[in-house]
Amino acid sequence: MSSSPQPWNNPKLRAFAIQLAVLFVVGSFVWIVVDNTITNLQRQNIASGFGFLENPAGFGIALTLVEYTEQSSYGRALLIGFLNTLLVAVIGIFIATILGFTLGIARLSSNWLVAKIATVYIEVVRNVPLLLQLFFWYFAVLRALPLPRESLSLLEVAFLNNRGIYVPALLLEGNGLVLGLAAIVGAISAWLITRNAKRKRLETGEIVKGAAFAPLLVFVLPVLAFLIFGMGLKAEVPSLKGFGFKGGWSLIPEFVSLLLALSFYTAAFIAENVRSGILAVSKGQTEAARALGLKPTSVLRLVIIPQALRVIIPPLTSQYLNLTKNSSLAVAIAYPDLVSVFSGTVLNQTGQAVEVIAITMTIYLSLSLFTSLIMNWYNRHMALVER
Amino acid sequence: MNNRLLPAVLALVVGLVAGFLLYPMFAGSGDEPAPAVAASDGVDTPAEPAPLPVVESRSTLDLVRERGYVRCGVSQGLPGFSNPNDSGDWSGIDVDVCQAVAAAVFGDADKSRYTPLSAKERFTALQSGEIDVLTRNTTWSLTRDTALGLDFVGVNYYDGQGFMVRRELGVKSVMELDGAVVCTNTGTTTELNVADFFRSNGLAYSIVAFEKSDEVVAAYDAGRCDAFTTDASGLYSERLKLADFNDHVVLPEIISKEPLGPAVRQGDDQWADIVRWSLFAMVEAEELGVTSKNADDMRTTQNPAIRRLLGVEGAFGQNLGIPNDWAYKIITQVGNYGESFERGVGENTPLGIPRGLNALWKDGGLQYSPPVR
Repeated sequence: MSSSPQPWNNPKLRAFAIQLAVLFVVGSFVWIVVDNTITNLQRQNIASGFGFLENPAGFGIALTLVEYTEQSSYGRALLIGFLNTLLVAVIGIFIATILGFTLGIARLSSNWLVAKIATVYIEVVRNVPLLLQLFFWYFAVLRALPLPRESLSLLEVAFLNNRGIYVPALLLEGNGLVLGLAAIVGAISAWLITRNAKRKRLETGEIVKGAAFAPLLVFVLPVLAFLIFGMGLKAEVPSLKGFGFKGGWSLIPEFVSLLLALSFYTAAFIAENVRSGILAVSKGQTEAARALGLKPTSVLRLVIIPQALRVIIPPLTSQYLNLTKNSSLAVAIAYPDLVSVFSGTVLNQTGQAVEVIAITMTIYLSLSLFTSLIMNWYNRHMALVER
Repeated sequence: MNNRLLPAVLALVVGLVAGFLLYPMFAGSGDEPAPAVAASDGVDTPAEPAPLPVVESRSTLDLVRERGYVRCGVSQGLPGFSNPNDSGDWSGIDVDVCQAVAAAVFGDADKSRYTPLSAKERFTALQSGEIDVLTRNTTWSLTRDTALGLDFVGVNYYDGQGFMVRRELGVKSVMELDGAVVCTNTGTTTELNVADFFRSNGLAYSIVAFEKSDEVVAAYDAGRCDAFTTDASGLYSERLKLADFNDHVVLPEIISKEPLGPAVRQGDDQWADIVRWSLFAMVEAEELGVTSKNADDMRTTQNPAIRRLLGVEGAFGQNLGIPNDWAYKIITQVGNYGESFERGVGENTPLGIPRGLNALWKDGGLQYSPPVR
């Protein structure tokens, strides 16, 4: 230590001092914020605490995935809003991914028309604000649809009007558990068959005939079980009663418009990610694969996509996060999502803005972190394994 | 994780934890007793008195005087209550209350500015001091008067919730709306009233709740819902926005009590008194027959009640902390309650709302002012 006579020249001591200072600054900042908030809430006689979550909500919600009545608590309303956000985000991500990959590949197609259609779609959708698209899908499409009494119908069993889409509900007579079990058995055997076929192909080069159809077992086995056990299937057709249709399965227009707007918008961005990923794979890879005699579809599936995915996944994660967060625009078209139900109605009934906004932010943060976690895991899984 | 980052992250976490843990220890160093209010669950209530408020504690009146104008929260455009015209000037009976306050404080009704607020934003805007008075067709209820830290100072319009439907549906009563889809605003008492009403009458319904009134009207117009519900006054005024308003009828039932009135922040009694008496002065003036036209002549009258109101006798303005001719300024610049009502929502306006509950007490209504003395 004789070589460092001054304490500020000692890197360890200096690092410790700086960290201590940062800790002190952060600690005081948190203290000031908490203290200031509580003092001011008390000074203005504004109620605080999380006790309100147990009070009865008293209002109705249009779309509920789990049981909810007006007597349910604010906490329950929070759950309903969260599930509705989750519903539109998960289905939206699913549709946006499929559509985005299709469009991204289409934009690179050698077919002039297909490439141009994809380009026009991407450029138009990507450059119009999402809120406007949302209003278009909701108000423009809603206005064009007929009232319930003049519904557009398909064979008098499925109906489309400005209250939503109505299709017959299929009600199973018998034990649904058997069918689920059959589907699981089907999935496991499909996986085993595919794995064995792949091993055989890699070892001997022989292609097992029919192995490609193995995934169908997931559907075939339940159908067989259905026939063997002689179960019945009853269709409940929606019918016009009073003001609208009763019975059957229905989708409310708020959900459909939000889903369409979110997935069409995000798909345009995903398409560009896919295009950049594919273009990032050097042309030599394609040429080499062709030289080996692979079919164009196999070139894409076995050589290009696996390499392109490494470039695609990180920005794809961002798009998934964007879609989830953009779903909060639902409040503009009355879809009862987390923001609309909880930081809208509940906030107003209780007036506890600090708590409600904090809960909402925490939920969105957790949802985003969870999505990132899954995508990062997938990214590691797909990353180049260096030997 | 990068090993070099680890100490920094630890420091942050420790800092956060320490901040929260140490809070109760240091919080109790002030000498001003705090009001007994349940603290947030995250932090224990300090047993000792809480510190002095960190924010400025000057009175609203001083702040308003220093600024030179009154800031009022109004609706985003509700004809008759608060609505901007094509040159951006606001008018309506809620705007009149705000102007009355400005006239009382500054002697000039034009020293008022307006902040349009959605149903969702209105209380936070008042709590945070963004506005001085909330004059935005807001229902007075117990929760709002207590847990939200607000004080309602009076009622400038007695309202109730009603329903509007398409004439072609042939619906004559709310009781026929079983299974209907109902459109309304989020964050309002109407959402709760609908739920209560349909539940207590055993009727099925589904609700579609939008954040902005314009979207509620658009959705109702597009046929998304069978009925549109809000305060009856709101129905009359929103009906004007519909393509052909004669195709729609307002049903006769009123399912709730909606006393609409101005609100201020809790804890500033002087300011609450000024707003309260600005409203009362308008009602008292109507009762005494003082109008914006005859107020000048009335100053010479021998009627002591009128002389007191107009500041000729006594020092009632001084007690409020404002000039003695406060009511005179209100009446000459804004008018009495009856004038304001007829100009904003009365029979000769497109809204055509009869006085009904909003007539003076001696005409069978509920509008009543305590005496100015």
